[in-house]
Amino acid sequence: MTAIQERVWTPVCRHADLLPERGAAALLPLGVQVALFRTHDGQVHALANVDPFSGAAVLSRGIVGDRAGRQVVVSPIYKQAFDLRSGECLDDPAVSVEVYPARVVDDVVQVCSP
Amino acid sequence: MTRTLVVAGHGMVGHRVVQALRERDRTGSWRIVVLAEESRPAYDRVALSSYVDGWRADDLTLPGAEFADDELVELRLGDPVRRVDRAARTVVTSAGVEHRYDALVLATGSRPFVPPVPGHDLPGCHVYRTIEDLDGIRADTGSSAVGVVVGGGLLGLEAANALRLLGVDTHVVELAPRLMPLQVDEGGGALLRRQVERLGLTVHCGVSTKEVVAGPDGRVGAVRLADGSTLDADLVVFSAGIRPRDDLAAAAGLAIGERGGVVVDDGCRTADPHVYAVGECACLDGRVYGLVGPGYAMAEVVADRLLGGAATFPGADLSTKLKLLGVDVASFGDAHAVTDRALEVVHNDPISGSYKKLVVSDDARTLLGGVLVGDASGYALLRPLVGRPLPADPGALVAPSGGAGVGVGVGALPDDAQVCSCHAVTKATIADAITGGGCADVAAIKGCTKAGTGCGSCVPMLRQLLADCGVEQSSALCEHFDHSRAELFEIARSTGIRTFSQLIERHGRGRGCDICKPTVASVLASLGGGHVLDGEQAALQDTNDHFLANIQRNGTYSVVPRIPGGEITAEKLIVIGEVAKDFGLYTKITGAQRIDLLGATVDQLPKIWRRLVDAGFESGHAYGKALRTVKSCVGTTWCRYGVQDSVSLAIELELRYRGLRAPHKLKSAVSGCARECAEARGKDFGIIATEQGWNLYVGGNGGFTPRHAELLVSDVDAAELIRLIDRFLMFYVRTADRLQRTATWIEAMDGGLDHLRAVIVDDSLGICAELESAMARHVAGYADEWRGVLDDPDKLARFSSFVNAPGTPDATISFREERGQRVPVSLGIPEVVRQ
Ligand code: SRM
Ligand SMILES: Cc1cc2nc3c(=O)[nH]c(=O)nc-3n(C[C@H](O)[C@H](O)[C@H](O)COP(=O)(O)OP(=O)(O)OC[C@H]3O[C@@H](n4cnc5c(N)ncnc54)[C@H](O)[C@@H]3O)c2cc1C
Ligand code: SF4
Ligand code: FES
Repeated sequence: MTAIQERVWTPVCRHADLLPERGAAALLPLGVQVALFRTHDGQVHALANVDPFSGAAVLSRGIVGDRAGRQVVVSPIYKQAFDLRSGECLDDPAVSVEVYPARVVDDVVQVCSP
Repeated sequence: MTRTLVVAGHGMVGHRVVQALRERDRTGSWRIVVLAEESRPAYDRVALSSYVDGWRADDLTLPGAEFADDELVELRLGDPVRRVDRAARTVVTSAGVEHRYDALVLATGSRPFVPPVPGHDLPGCHVYRTIEDLDGIRADTGSSAVGVVVGGGLLGLEAANALRLLGVDTHVVELAPRLMPLQVDEGGGALLRRQVERLGLTVHCGVSTKEVVAGPDGRVGAVRLADGSTLDADLVVFSAGIRPRDDLAAAAGLAIGERGGVVVDDGCRTADPHVYAVGECACLDGRVYGLVGPGYAMAEVVADRLLGGAATFPGADLSTKLKLLGVDVASFGDAHAVTDRALEVVHNDPISGSYKKLVVSDDARTLLGGVLVGDASGYALLRPLVGRPLPADPGALVAPSGGAGVGVGVGALPDDAQVCSCHAVTKATIADAITGGGCADVAAIKGCTKAGTGCGSCVPMLRQLLADCGVEQSSALCEHFDHSRAELFEIARSTGIRTFSQLIERHGRGRGCDICKPTVASVLASLGGGHVLDGEQAALQDTNDHFLANIQRNGTYSVVPRIPGGEITAEKLIVIGEVAKDFGLYTKITGAQRIDLLGATVDQLPKIWRRLVDAGFESGHAYGKALRTVKSCVGTTWCRYGVQDSVSLAIELELRYRGLRAPHKLKSAVSGCARECAEARGKDFGIIATEQGWNLYVGGNGGFTPRHAELLVSDVDAAELIRLIDRFLMFYVRTADRLQRTATWIEAMDGGLDHLRAVIVDDSLGICAELESAMARHVAGYADEWRGVLDDPDKLARFSSFVNAPGTPDATISFREERGQRVPVSLGIPEVVRQ
């Protein structure tokens, strides 16, 4: 099925509001919650904030690090790791979380959502 | 040439057919048209009940269910197939659209069976299969509704739990004499019933539903049972089994099984070579499988066949392990002992809530099946043993602690036994991966064989297999450090390195992870690293230490203020009560003589702590690997038997060691006499008063493997006691492994308790002065962590729900009332056992 979807970029915070290697939650239009992460290299990533294993909106509060060379966040509830780029769960490849494109424009972090 | 596959039905199995075919069909030889009755793409029906937990349909989404980027897949929602013309090889949908096919897969699933009792179609009658069904049920539940669930099987109990969570007063009516008659036997059913009734459900077994009676408004008003009784009811949910949706096939002249289902061969093909059937609508060897695992296996077979392969579906056994309303239930093999002359060995312990039955051959040598209720921990080991010789006497296998956990080792399993049932991995495959493939830890086995990546219940067996194969488990902390925690402590202490970045740059690799970061954070804290949220340290802490509170299942936190020795004034109790009331927190007395306030959101935490700190409270470190509490009994002040002032000592100790970060949590207690009312011997360090002074016990804990603390010294005075505890704790902080409590630390020590006594009492290593001064620095440097946050605007800023909307509450958090307090809305999701 191919569909053309409208996408919007929402400015959420200043880059400096994010601690390096730590996450923060942000609210997008329509009540979508994303977990924002600033990695050591200054890049920002956004994943769905809801942890698929517990249903709690907590991925933003996980520890950021790497596993076998992939940048990950580890859910604070049952400790599964999720790839920051693809959303894939490293502990259970059948599971993944939504990835939202994120960018920094003039020190402002923007997240793209459908 | 591109051929066309039409898939009728986009449920879980239909979806898997498409996925499996798209994964294997590298050259794009098939174009796929999926015709779906439901108005949304396939979703996780197995987890349907969790929908009640927030009513977000998106949470049930299956990955890739929309085939958004796949040109070769066309998904048409909300327009079911109405007719199949096998001669013309076409299907026609309800809307009249015709599709030609080269192959057709029927994946139409099943429909809930509604017994044709009078009134079964009144408004207020429901079934339980789709998201829309649940929306309908929700719309019909007023505040004080009464609901009747017809059917006490797996799905009936799930429906009942959903009603319970909606606040409905729920009855379950089951025709069979017990709950879950298909999975468990009488004994297991009785235990299950007790557990279910404890949750407030009313169970009626061995009675059928006679009629649904309309109330004055023409909607459901009552349910009449065959025994003459009547239950007033506002809604009814029928969950009395399922029936395969085989009508399309029947109308097209294909064979239907005796009890329904499209008849297929072991290649999942009907008598028409162009038509396949999979999942709950298929009937193979007279059997219809009502579980998703066998359906997925069939989907893989069809994908293989469509590409010219010859895969077959071998049939699946119906072993299941689930958590239903918080109760573990497992059944495997010949659970009902139908094998000729089978014997049943039962262990039933209503007190601890555990029922275990093994079915064995008449010579008691071969395991045939079993049922486990309450404690299903033996499932992983027992299930692969079905049809094989028993490794031990069956009685021993079901005995309480023998379980299958201790009595039988994985070593007893034959090579071709499945160790991981989620991914069908045998013991031989895993052993091969270890010895041949060089897998040296659980993570490597997971990557190489997929074992352990499903439900996780086989991971302990993987560890045991590693040990059996002679793989020394490395002491390396994780992939980033080759050192153990104790080694890192020594490195940091001797080099003066006080940041994680420096430590990993010089002594490790990569960026760190959820294992090494908190470990190093703990090491730095023990070395006097300042506030745990200072600078770079903040990013190392796990969520509990980051928010200085304990995370709960719904993402809220609990608050546990320190109450040294368990002694508290009326004024302080009132403050706790007021704070709980003002913030709507659930309160509970903990097992360690203090008060837990639960259900606080991130943004509420500083506000709550402002009030608590102003009233003289401080952090209780319930969230940290740190000193928790020093329990006390009332001692000489009140008790007629007390020989020392246990409360004063407990408070002194708790204030001395508060805030001390350690490899694991630390607990203590002081009892005023040998009657031991404070349970000091269940603690990491426990003190019991004697006529002459104090006895010090070390290395006790409760928890998973309870241990009594052992006597280290007797009849010492308070000053000597504190000196010894200082040394004991610092030695532990420096040399124990990550997450190793004092008991296992002492056990692992060469020489055990005697060695420990030599080091900290006789100073055999000459380090005691240093240990004491390290503790003195800790005591002098202590500051309340919560006050540290409240005084620092930068730290405070992190306690917001959303960076871009700090005041907005998190909409995923919702509460219901239980016994007059707010508790999270949540639901036990059944574990899926993939086979
Ligand atoms: C709240 C409390 C239960 C209660 O309502 O009574 C509790 C709750 C938790 N316990 Fe406990 N334990 C509580 C007293 C105990 C006790 C009894 C005691 O301390 O006297 C024990 C047995 C004694 C012992 O520790 O040896 C106990 C043995 C455990 C264990 C097993 C430890 C072990 O060595 O096997 C864990 C798991 C762990 O720490 O890894 C645990 C872990 C937990 C965690 C932290 C699990 C988690 O990660 O979410 C729970 C959340 C705490 C929270 O507040 O959110 N809890 N837990 C008790 C808090 C006491 C307090 O005031 O600080
Ligand atoms: C509440 C609940 C809990 C469960 N728990 C578990 C569990 O713990 N473990 C487990 O293994 N299994 C469990 N199951 C069973 C599991 O969900 C099913 O085995 C699985 O969904 C079967 O997949 P299916 O694709 O064959 O059928 P379905 O998922 O029912 O999909 C069939 C689809 O076909 C559609 N359809 C029907 N007729 C047509 C037509 N003519 N044209 C087009 N479309 C049509 C239907 O609308 C439906 O969407 C549970 C089921 C429920 C309801
Ligand atoms: S331990 Fe001894 S002093 Fe303390 S309450 Fe019990 S009997 Fe009394
Ligand atoms: S049995 Fe191995 S992961 Fe479930």
